[in-house]
Amino acid sequence: MSNKKCLCGHENPFGTILCEQCGRPQTDEAKKSKLVDMRYEGSARRSQTYKRSIIDRVWNFFSSVKVGISIIVAVLVTSAFGTLFPQKLYVPAVTDADIAAYYERLYGFPGVLYYELGFYDMYNSWWFITLIGMLGTSIIIASFDRVIPLYKSLKKQRTKRHVSFMSRQRIYGIGSVNDTDVSLGKAEKKLKELRYNVKIEDGAILAEKGRFSRWGPYVNHTGLIIFLFGVLLRGLPGFYVDETLWLREGEMRAIPGAPGFYIENQDFMIELYSKEEDEVFGDAIDRVGAIVKNYQTDVTLYKEAEDALLGQSDKLEFVKDYSIIVNKPLNFEGYNVFQMDYRLDELKSMTFHLTEKSTDRSFGEFTVDLTNPEPTYELEEGARVELKDYFPDYDGIEDGEPKTKSPVPNNPAFIFKMVTSDKPEGEMSFVAIQQTLETEVNDYKVSFVSADTRDISGLTVRKDKTLYILLLGGIIFMIGVSQGSYWNHRRIWIQKGEGNELLLAGHTNKNWFSLRKELDQVRDYANLPQYEDREDTESFEQQNGDNS
Amino acid sequence: MELASLSANLLLISFVAYFVATLFFGGAVKGTKSEASYKSNRWGKIAIVITSIGFVSHVGFFITRWIVSGHAPVSNMFEFITAFAMMLVGAFILLFYLYRTPSLGLFALPIAIIIIAYASMFPRDIAPLIPALQSYWLTVHVITAALGEAILAISAIAGLVYLLKNVDLTKKSKQRFWLESIIFTLILVFGFVLSSTTFTITGYEAKFSFIDKNDNPAQIVYNYPPLFGMNEYESLTPDTMKPFAEMPAIVNAKTLTTFVWSLLVGIVLYLIIRIILRRPVATMLQPFAKKANSKLMDEIGYRAVLIGFPVFTLGALIFAMIWAHEAWSRFWGWDPKEVWALITWLFYAAFLHLRLSRGWEGEKSAWLAVIGFIIIMFNLLAVNLIIAGLHSYA
Ligand code: HEM
Repeated sequence: MSNKKCLCGHENPFGTILCEQCGRPQTDEAKKSKLVDMRYEGSARRSQTYKRSIIDRVWNFFSSVKVGISIIVAVLVTSAFGTLFPQKLYVPAVTDADIAAYYERLYGFPGVLYYELGFYDMYNSWWFITLIGMLGTSIIIASFDRVIPLYKSLKKQRTKRHVSFMSRQRIYGIGSVNDTDVSLGKAEKKLKELRYNVKIEDGAILAEKGRFSRWGPYVNHTGLIIFLFGVLLRGLPGFYVDETLWLREGEMRAIPGAPGFYIENQDFMIELYSKEEDEVFGDAIDRVGAIVKNYQTDVTLYKEAEDALLGQSDKLEFVKDYSIIVNKPLNFEGYNVFQMDYRLDELKSMTFHLTEKSTDRSFGEFTVDLTNPEPTYELEEGARVELKDYFPDYDGIEDGEPKTKSPVPNNPAFIFKMVTSDKPEGEMSFVAIQQTLETEVNDYKVSFVSADTRDISGLTVRKDKTLYILLLGGIIFMIGVSQGSYWNHRRIWIQKGEGNELLLAGHTNKNWFSLRKELDQVRDYANLPQYEDREDTESFEQQNGDNS
Repeated sequence: MELASLSANLLLISFVAYFVATLFFGGAVKGTKSEASYKSNRWGKIAIVITSIGFVSHVGFFITRWIVSGHAPVSNMFEFITAFAMMLVGAFILLFYLYRTPSLGLFALPIAIIIIAYASMFPRDIAPLIPALQSYWLTVHVITAALGEAILAISAIAGLVYLLKNVDLTKKSKQRFWLESIIFTLILVFGFVLSSTTFTITGYEAKFSFIDKNDNPAQIVYNYPPLFGMNEYESLTPDTMKPFAEMPAIVNAKTLTTFVWSLLVGIVLYLIIRIILRRPVATMLQPFAKKANSKLMDEIGYRAVLIGFPVFTLGALIFAMIWAHEAWSRFWGWDPKEVWALITWLFYAAFLHLRLSRGWEGEKSAWLAVIGFIIIMFNLLAVNLIIAGLHSYA
């Protein structure tokens, strides 16, 4: 596998198709073909040259664009399947059984299948992650396979090319002119005007522009790899925090995931658009009903004092007051706290009063704090009410015992013992919203007066150190993709042939009409021979048709 | 309120201008033997001037509506689709200045017209923004994404011209079938516009109560005679048609009804045209594409993807991620709309690789461009209207 020497004297690496310097075809196949394949300049690529060991085979597999495209399409198709039914994340159920039931209830058999196949959590499945991994591998290997040889041959190319190279270009012309030197001189001037880099050697011109656009794909692939690397990093501890926090009005809590920080909910509010204030929206409000204008939680952020023991929350330092609204998270030390959700009007406290049934005599009112109830409430004239039992989320009676569904005070119920001077041993009463039950007929009763409510704000706490890596990947991708898309690599070769003949050839990696537009300007100005675009016979026929 | 009606009038002006410009582009194509001799053609010059006037008026519509509502007018279906049409025309003007081909205009403008007509079928009132949408990033994201999609759409139009010119319509073939299907789809959109306008003019309304998929009671108003009823529906409007079938809770029977009505009207329209012509409808359009240069259309198609792909990436993925991070605390959440933006992006990446490395040019490339447009439309319409996710704000 040694290097091969071209007729021009240049030593090409094994596997070269077109001589790096003069462009003479090196392989039999290239010699036979009418047009040369200019991709990667006919350079020797590893994947095309070595095909034996296992490493070669793996390398060749991943460097193949056919394989690369298959992987892209596989990701595309699996992603599409994942949108058929909602993903697990968007299913309002927590346990596996509930999730399975959800799919079955709404989607029937296809839903069951979707669940069983694991499509309900598509994007975290091992095969999806494997596909992404293969995509990354493929991008890396395919890029290395091409970029180095491409770089070398573009660097080494000579101005004067061999005729067999010129005549195998897609744009090619040959013809006699009055004075070759005058034409070459004028061509040089015009090409420079069109902002080509012009090199001259021994009666030959090489005009080139936009070579840097050839590196676009490699730059954008680098950006993609950086992005994928960033995504990979979030699996590591410390890089990524994602917690939720429900915070009642007036409540202060440690921020989960952010040790040493505390947050207090001063006030939560929700604002609707009104027809009076926002007149232009009148029709829309009439059509769809109330539209929310703003959710907002006014919070105070505290930090544990430096000298405090961890978890000792009595030594707090004020950090700042902030109003968290959607699209405006609270930021501190790399953390973001977002306004995500809310629950309005959770019961906070209930006020009752104690009366004697027959006379309506009142012993005064008492207020039960529903998150922190007290065992006894002292009233007037020596009366008191004892709270014997409390069911925050009363859910009916089971086996003779009242039940609570959750510790959240959605539907509070109480067993009160009413003690008065008449009845020092007390009377029992079960009080729930809208009902009072008595085991025996009582003389006294506790009746509901009023309730106080408060709102709960749903907050999400995030820290994501990878964001900057992702952003960097995105920016590099954009640079590379713009470089490759908005600039093209164009080359024009002009050289003397025999006698008064001039040879003309052109190549671009994309947008041939734009190259031809420029070439026509040069040709008109320098009186160069007519050329043809061997892939577009239509235009030339049409042109002739129009002239006739 | 005056500005609001000025805004509506500006849109009307651009609609008419695009129509007139189409006629002039037709004259330009008719008057020349080929693309090559176009440069000296007067019809084409007039056509592009009228197109530009229409475009300026369209931009005027966009800006005045922005001023009236106080936010970028891309927050509901009507606004988004009209903005998309505006950018489509803008992208066409850009490519026209690069390649000066009237054949492209002859197809791009009618498609812009159909899109505007389609947009006008959605509620047109100016709506306020819910909190999640109150962000500069949203404005930047949506406008850039729509611009990218509009530029990519031009590649599908160039592809369509390429196919009309190059597919042999005299013989039965797969290509002929699919090309005819594309034309049929365009007629369907027209069927939707026609049926929707008819029922709107007659003021048809039928109200139902039903049980939604979370088992909550809800109400819905149909503007079409109900063919399908919502889950456990009960009619609230007397003397309306009784739906033929009740749908399960996951199907929006109202959308289905609208779709089936459009389909029926579209099929009838198609059959009428077909019976009058006695040959595939595509053959009627073929003469308009005959003078286009195939290689040129191929290059325009590719160029549009090259110009549009980076813009799309920036708008639909990068800006989208930044905004999603601000509004929903995560830059990516596998929401259907997001996934379909990713699919679109992957599709065009595959397109570019197939073309660059596997030589998929000409007809293959043209088909891919058309499929790309279908994916974009799917994301815009089906995902919004059917697979509703977080983005279904319309
Ligand atoms: C989603 C993933 C990918 C994206 C967004 C992407 C993007 C691009 C873009 C925009 C180009 C330039 C195309 C043009 O200018 O027409 C390109 C070129 C290229 N890509 Fe990718 N690519 C991806 C994955 C891959 C994979 C998996 C391979 C593996 C085989 C690959 C191999 C190449 C090659 C060989 C080129 C041509 C390079 C050249 O001409 O010098 N790409 N890519």
